[in-house]
Amino acid sequence: MNDLARLKDEIAVIGVGNTRYGNFPDVDEYGLAAQAFRNAVADCGIDKDRIDGLLVCRIPYYARMGEVLGLNPRWSLTLPPHGRMSGMGIIEAATAIAAGHATHVALLYANIGRSRRVNYGGDESPGTWDPWGFTSPGAAHAMMFRRHMELYGTTTRQLAEVSVSVRYHACLNPDAVMRDPITIEDHESARFITAPLRLLDYCLINDGAVCMILTTKERARDFRKPPVLISGFGAQETFSPSAIANFDMDFWHPALRVAGEQAYGMAGVKHGDVDALMCYDNFSPTILFGLEGLGFCPQGEAGRFVEGGALSLGGRLPTNTDGGHLSNSYMQGWALNVEAVRQLRGECGARQVPDCEVVQYVQATPCTRSIIYTRG
Amino acid sequence: MSYDKPLPRIDPLNKPFWDAARQNRLVVQHCPACGDVRFPPSPVCPKCLDPNQDWSEVSGRGTLESWVDFHRAYWSGYADGLPYRVCLVRLEEGPLLVSNLVGPSDAARLGAAVEVVFEAATEAVTLPKFTLSPDGAGEPT
Repeated sequence: MNDLARLKDEIAVIGVGNTRYGNFPDVDEYGLAAQAFRNAVADCGIDKDRIDGLLVCRIPYYARMGEVLGLNPRWSLTLPPHGRMSGMGIIEAATAIAAGHATHVALLYANIGRSRRVNYGGDESPGTWDPWGFTSPGAAHAMMFRRHMELYGTTTRQLAEVSVSVRYHACLNPDAVMRDPITIEDHESARFITAPLRLLDYCLINDGAVCMILTTKERARDFRKPPVLISGFGAQETFSPSAIANFDMDFWHPALRVAGEQAYGMAGVKHGDVDALMCYDNFSPTILFGLEGLGFCPQGEAGRFVEGGALSLGGRLPTNTDGGHLSNSYMQGWALNVEAVRQLRGECGARQVPDCEVVQYVQATPCTRSIIYTRG
Repeated sequence: MSYDKPLPRIDPLNKPFWDAARQNRLVVQHCPACGDVRFPPSPVCPKCLDPNQDWSEVSGRGTLESWVDFHRAYWSGYADGLPYRVCLVRLEEGPLLVSNLVGPSDAARLGAAVEVVFEAATEAVTLPKFTLSPDGAGEPT
């Protein structure tokens, strides 16, 4: 019994846009989001006054955002800055359209963390374990990866494969922030931040904004670009132990399995049909967790799965073809969903996955989500 | 010498934990109604929602579930003491604690037996930390 399955292929992404990514101290979230919005509007050719739904994430005040864009939508929703809201937001917008709350929804995300020197740890984000010096999402992922090493024999050289493949894609993406190729040896000699994780296991922190515009499959035909369909999605939260933020003893494996099975079942897609995977990579281990939880390999075998460039374009499962958070841009999942759309449109130039028909997004986080996109 | 690392934000809910630590006792929150135990404390029992919670002393023994070595000082007080080792411990009684693994810890491995030690940070605050148990052997989990 799964009523959500009725929404298979009902909602389409019609427009996507982003700013440049980098360090922009002279512009705020509204300015960046407005640029992304202009680009998404131009991408699909929509009259912006047809937009009657607005979802904002990591933007201080939804009403100011609406005012800046000259929008008074029928439906709006604000999501906090946490790095897991993209998957949630896209699914919420799709269901809002299906329910009739709005016909054309713009989703906006902006981040000014680079120019404002956000640290993601210490007094900036107080937690229960500060007296023991335990802080930051990176440390939580280091704690998980150490467990993975101990339980399954996964090595840091295997982890390096993730960073190397994702960086390779960034080198093919003219818009990516980090475009110098790296090797496994570069990864292994990078400085530790929270051992066993090193600098090259950490995502970037950069400024930028992303916009997506969604509507129904029927209305999608009215616009400039071929629609990309939301064919399936799935969700499962894991809220304990939330005192240890961004951490799960079992690598979110149970939640990923539930969310993945729902998404595959709804879309009528199998693992072998997935042409590219977009996996939330705030830290490199999350890609291993995502591969295992979705069932691309048995639990504990992702280290072996990724060896030999399996995640690179031309490999077994091209993953984060834009360069991900590790090397393209830290847009907290939003840019990965935009990349899914561009791959399915065939707009990706040197990094284009040939004959790309099915792209899956996944976020291995306390709010696990997966979305399967297909060519309309 | 003043202590320049972060100190706990002691509030009415967690005060019994820190009061006990000052007496070199490790306690976790306990539900008299259903027996659930946990840390950090919760305003109601997450299992049965009973609002009347108390505290029970635990053995201080547990197993090492993971560890991380911090090479970055997120607080300036750590700058001269890098790297430092943070551990994840499953207490015999069930709750998970994050703490520091102190003393010789080259033999750290998943499932290793650990036990609590108490380090006074200030006159008001004592931190429960963990060491590898002398006999070393724990059952891998």
